[in-house]
Amino acid sequence: MTRSIVVRVRWANRPRCTGASEGNVPDVKIVVCVKHVPDIQSDRQIADGRTVRDGGDGTLNELDENALESALSLVEAAGEGEVVVLTVGPDDAVDAVRKGLQMGADEAVHVVDEAIAGSDAIATARVLAAAITHVGGADLVVTGMAGLDGLTSLVPAAVAALLDVPALPLAAQLEVTGSTVRVTRHLDHASEVLEAQLPALVSVTDQANEPRYPNFKGIMAARKKPVTTLTLADLGLDATLVGAAGARTEVLEAAPRPAREDRVLVTDTGDAGVRLAAYLVENQLV
Amino acid sequence: MSDILVLLDHTSTGALRTPVRELVTLARDLTDGGVHGVWAADGAEPSADALTELGELGVTHVHRLTSDADVRVPAVLAEGVVGLLDATGARTLLAVSSFENKELAAYLAVATGAGVVTDADALERVDGTLVVGKTVFAGTWTTRTAVRTPVAVVLVKANSVVVSPAPAAVAPQVGEHAFTASAGASRVRVVERTERPATGRPDLGSAHIVVTGGRGTEGDFTALEELADVLGGAVGATRVATDEGWIGHDAQIGQTGVTISPRLYIGAGVSGAVHHRGGMQASGTIVAINTDPDAPIFEIADFGVVGDLTTVVPQLTAELRRLKG
Ligand SMILES: Cc1cc2nc3c(=O)[nH]c(=O)nc-3n(C[C@H](O)[C@H](O)[C@@H](O)COP(=O)(O)OP(=O)(O)OC[C@H]3O[C@@H](n4cnc5c(N)ncnc54)[C@H](O)[C@@H]3O)c2cc1C
Ligand SMILES: Cc1cc2nc3c(=O)[nH]c(=O)nc-3n(C[C@H](O)[C@H](O)[C@H](O)COP(=O)(O)OP(=O)(O)OC[C@H]3O[C@@H](n4cnc5c(N)ncnc54)[C@H](O)[C@@H]3O)c2cc1C
Repeated sequence: MTRSIVVRVRWANRPRCTGASEGNVPDVKIVVCVKHVPDIQSDRQIADGRTVRDGGDGTLNELDENALESALSLVEAAGEGEVVVLTVGPDDAVDAVRKGLQMGADEAVHVVDEAIAGSDAIATARVLAAAITHVGGADLVVTGMAGLDGLTSLVPAAVAALLDVPALPLAAQLEVTGSTVRVTRHLDHASEVLEAQLPALVSVTDQANEPRYPNFKGIMAARKKPVTTLTLADLGLDATLVGAAGARTEVLEAAPRPAREDRVLVTDTGDAGVRLAAYLVENQLV
Repeated sequence: MSDILVLLDHTSTGALRTPVRELVTLARDLTDGGVHGVWAADGAEPSADALTELGELGVTHVHRLTSDADVRVPAVLAEGVVGLLDATGARTLLAVSSFENKELAAYLAVATGAGVVTDADALERVDGTLVVGKTVFAGTWTTRTAVRTPVAVVLVKANSVVVSPAPAAVAPQVGEHAFTASAGASRVRVVERTERPATGRPDLGSAHIVVTGGRGTEGDFTALEELADVLGGAVGATRVATDEGWIGHDAQIGQTGVTISPRLYIGAGVSGAVHHRGGMQASGTIVAINTDPDAPIFEIADFGVVGDLTTVVPQLTAELRRLKG
């Protein structure tokens, strides 16, 4: 299968979802939300009801590389526009936006505040939406399909609802023509083509494209690009609405699952299929 | 009045999606009142069979949500559900854990202040608080989460509970709840929707048995399909197999595909990459057939065969056929 992203962009001059002042048509702006997550190859832990995020093996959520790739290729195809990469997370999370800058984003925003720790998906969306508004809004917000730690996939539509823009989640193909955004997506039981007008939010899947690797030039250029650090106070967000204080769900208990017991490994010497059948029957699995 | 609503996911011919039966079974234990069903009237109406089944499961009311707007759009459906929560006084909504329903849940959370738990596999009420069980980090941790808000939206994974009928069957009362969607919700237009044709096999997401093929099949899924048919199971695949076009993308199991927890998972020619494990590690029994004794899938397999799938799988199928008589 080819992994293609269809890009036909002709940005229309249109107001952003928020922030654009009248008569002053800004450059096209795409905000890409990226999450810093524990490496999924690492031994992930939960302590006191929260994911351990200071183990040092955090990375940019792989699925957000697809979001960045979509945004960058849209701007490249259009020949204009800027890409702002945004993360909400502890100090280390700045690495996620740095990687975004290395891939080619123009600017980075990192929202960090102790009060954010323990946020659930909706609280996180609240901070992201406030940050997007704070940076002057966007013509298009692009996210990944899921954070590989929380895996709720709740954040994208929640951000769209809070910004009051249409959401087109799970794009396997993304096309922007004029001010129309069109997404093809594959759900469990059906495939759909969705359309809406900008400003809008899309989430893209890992089918959407093949993310680029930062090259040497990109890595060097990223050093000179600005990273803005913002707190809840900067965003004018009440600390009791986010973090553990504002969380609507609370993890009461978390425990590693016991390892599987009585495991069997056989090497086929001609009768493994028969032995496997016996195992399935014996364990009443068939 | 009702305490609890269950979203009745259905096919275009008005049949219930398999996991809905589990949701109703769970919902019954959470309320002394009736369980009410929510039917998004997206062109399909509840079939007679569906209504009979719902009655046997103890659903007392089925609310058909109708609108001038397109209820297939989650933002639109959410507005209907908000109205229904108000009208029925229900404080909890259960829905199948799918990408569409995650979207719906996000809108409901923003509109009602609801706490949302996704991918739940257990539910109970402890001193009035809803406590939800879920397995996280690719099936390696189990958690229990309390919902602290008056309204709760819980998305439940398939194969979480054994379906059981209500003590007494009822005849569900079918009513209509018509609503007008806001202009905002209707900004997303469904230009095209193609339902996947039925395969004759169970749905991957809710099948009790799943036979999965990876790169090791080299594109030939015939033997795996035969095995699946003898077992009455579904056929799944790794991303390598779907990317190669050997089987449809909807068969992809894993973190960016379908998450499954069947009673029995059989993987043939599957290495067990972490992205794949994320979608299947919570399975009951895991069987792996792989030529490489160091394949990571053997770390989580209950029964592993180091061997060639092209001989082991047909032999397994033949033996199962023989044992079944
Ligand atoms: C194991 C586990 C289970 C959880 N279960 C729940 C639950 O059931 N309900 C609940 O409300 N919360 C839950 N949470 C908390 C929730 O996951 C996090 O609060 C949250 O930050 C959202 O993360 P996600 O990975 O679920 O996001 P998703 O919604 O899966 O992420 C989708 C996209 O949104 C963007 N995004 C998400 N988070 C950020 C961020 N911090 N900065 C920038 N962009 C971001 C990215 O583009 C990402 O690809 C859980 C957390 C963990 C670790
Ligand atoms: C962001 C991201 C998301 C991803 N999401 C997913 C996902 O959702 N699902 C998913 O599956 N993958 C996903 N992947 C891909 C994943 O990382 C692996 O590449 C993929 O799962 C490997 O597929 P495989 O096991 O078929 O192939 P391989 O890893 O190549 O393994 C093939 C196996 O077959 C064995 N074999 C070969 N011949 C035979 C034979 N004749 N008999 C028996 N065994 C044989 C080999 O020993 C080998 O172990 C994702 C990757 C990324 C980067």
